[in-house]
Amino acid sequence: MTTVAVLIDHRDGEVTRPALEALTLARSLGTPVAVWLGSVPSADAVALVGDYGATEVRVVDAEMRLAGHAAAALGAALEDADVVVVISTFVTKEIVTRLAMATGAGVVVDAAGAEIVDGRVETVQTVFAATWNVRTRIHTERAIVGIRPNTTQAVPADTPGDAVIVPVTVDRPATRERVVAVEPVERGAGVPLAEAPVVVSGGRGTGGDYALVTELAELLGGAVGASRDATDEGWISHEHMVGQTGTTVTPALYVAAGISGAVHHRGGMQASGTIVCINLDPDAPIFEISDFGVVGSLFDVIPQAIARIREHRAG
Amino acid sequence: MRILVTVKHVPDLQSQRSFTGGRVTRTADDGTMNELDEHAVEAALQLVEAAGEGEVYALTVGGADAVVAVRKALQLGVQHAIHVSDDAIADSDVFGTAKVMAAAVRKVQDEAPLDLVITGMAALDGLTSMLPTALAAELDWSQATLASAVSVAGGEVTVERHLADAHETVVAPLPAVVSVTDEANKPRYPNFKLIMAARKAPVALWSLADLGVDPASVGREGARTVVVDASPAPPRENRVTVTDTGDGGTQLADFLIEKGLA
Ligand SMILES: Cc1cc2nc3c(=O)[nH]c(=O)nc-3n(C[C@H](O)[C@H](O)[C@H](O)COP(=O)(O)OP(=O)(O)OC[C@H]3O[C@@H](n4cnc5c(N)ncnc54)[C@H](O)[C@@H]3O)c2cc1C
Ligand SMILES: Nc1ncnc2c1ncn2[C@@H]1O[C@H](COP(=O)(O)O)[C@@H](O)[C@H]1O
Repeated sequence: MTTVAVLIDHRDGEVTRPALEALTLARSLGTPVAVWLGSVPSADAVALVGDYGATEVRVVDAEMRLAGHAAAALGAALEDADVVVVISTFVTKEIVTRLAMATGAGVVVDAAGAEIVDGRVETVQTVFAATWNVRTRIHTERAIVGIRPNTTQAVPADTPGDAVIVPVTVDRPATRERVVAVEPVERGAGVPLAEAPVVVSGGRGTGGDYALVTELAELLGGAVGASRDATDEGWISHEHMVGQTGTTVTPALYVAAGISGAVHHRGGMQASGTIVCINLDPDAPIFEISDFGVVGSLFDVIPQAIARIREHRAG
Repeated sequence: MRILVTVKHVPDLQSQRSFTGGRVTRTADDGTMNELDEHAVEAALQLVEAAGEGEVYALTVGGADAVVAVRKALQLGVQHAIHVSDDAIADSDVFGTAKVMAAAVRKVQDEAPLDLVITGMAALDGLTSMLPTALAAELDWSQATLASAVSVAGGEVTVERHLADAHETVVAPLPAVVSVTDEANKPRYPNFKLIMAARKAPVALWSLADLGVDPASVGREGARTVVVDASPAPPRENRVTVTDTGDGGTQLADFLIEKGLA
């Protein structure tokens, strides 16, 4: 039986939705075992992980900040694992690179799915701003897969099990780097961009006024995104930037308001489920990849759309 | 201050990017130096300028056409260019590429030690951002990645990192591998004099034999992953564009409601 170790993504002690997606994917590959880096999880967190199929939560008191530390911790906790699943982020990509160097495992990051074919893991993903679909086979006995949030539907296990905590101790490896300052990013209400099911983004066309974009995002239960031009202008903080050098998002719905759709921006959102845009310029490239586009001003279109959605919900 | 920057040859973002037989199609015409590596070159040049002494090497690993990447670096003002090319390198995964690059770094160090290797934050073809870490591990140097600001003092490099959940300051002793983001600086434009000089500047061409790397440990043979299928994504069907003549917002809302998205 294939043992699949899942690095549980957690925030303020709570299991994130992408972690549940990763556990769901892991169940389709074999028997999931959860790995938790940090202080001991709450009973609720352990129960939730159990509901999604893990029978063990291996807890390692280690930090994610330095790739060397985290990779050593992860390595100690999953010596028996054939497959390792993590949520693909800039931080985890570095951790799995170190882990792969130490263990000889093959790695695919930014995957949209994985399955076992003839005894080996194969992944699927989109590349070149979602214009190509690629299938990759991991030859090695041990495989590491980084998956993107929102690419697997999180579903609890048919027979939820009781997960037990298994403490794992590991010698803290001597890393030469030092993290000398950490300043947490102030996060507004709602889910972070990468894992939001809906993203409403505003670009240069907002002129710096994010009130309407934010109102629509809140109404749809989503997060606020932005183009690079908008973050460069200082209209909104860098954490909101969508694109290949910002955050890559794959929500069920992406709304681009006042964004032209430059290739750098498309690279970070083109794999979204449904894409909708509002732009004054009918020749803006964003229309070419939108399921529904409105040629018009976001200052007219968004308030009207908000009113119509409210009216519909009121029945 | 001696710095080596890595520059990758990638298909131009504005071109029709594609795969041929599981490989990224690379041609001389629409291939360029990875845009994000311009920031690596700029960071290296600025550090040398700040130190008041030193030199910069640009290194690319790739087929014959990849030389355009180091030529571009020469135009921007680096002093030395190295192109590692060997048929056996084709289809390497990140670990194979890192092995080859580490061997090239060591060969440069035979002349005199390097203080830093600076890379871009990601290659715009694969976008994995794994190479910098793999190279640091292969060299057994310290690493400081995704820097939006870099400075060197007292034998250490200090970087600022803007991650999704926090802003960090990381200090790493030299020698170190540093990757820089596009926030780190504004790349300079090449001037006419440098463009002319770059044409004639020598580019060292090294093979695996020159580097003492076993061909079986890299390339397709050494790769832990292989692309088994690549196909163009089908275009989105039933796209609709409407022009707002007073009810654009309502139409948009109705579309979302109908799709169950609102
Ligand atoms: C190395 C590199 C990396 C980059 N990485 C990224 C990245 O990760 N993410 C990213 O987003 N960009 C990135 N960029 C920048 C990118 O190339 C574009 O410059 C940027 O995305 C443009 O932002 P924009 O669409 O907001 O602005 P513009 O291109 O100026 O578009 C604004 C749009 O708003 C429309 N508009 C104006 N007023 C209104 C109105 N009232 N109502 C409706 N529409 C209106 C206009 O018609 C126009 O189409 C990168 C660039 C480089 C060089
Ligand atoms: N074949 C290569 N030749 C030179 N530099 C490379 C090569 N592959 C990757 N790099 C460097 O590593 C960085 C990150 O690439 P990647 O990890 O592939 O996204 C790039 O910005 C380059 O600086």
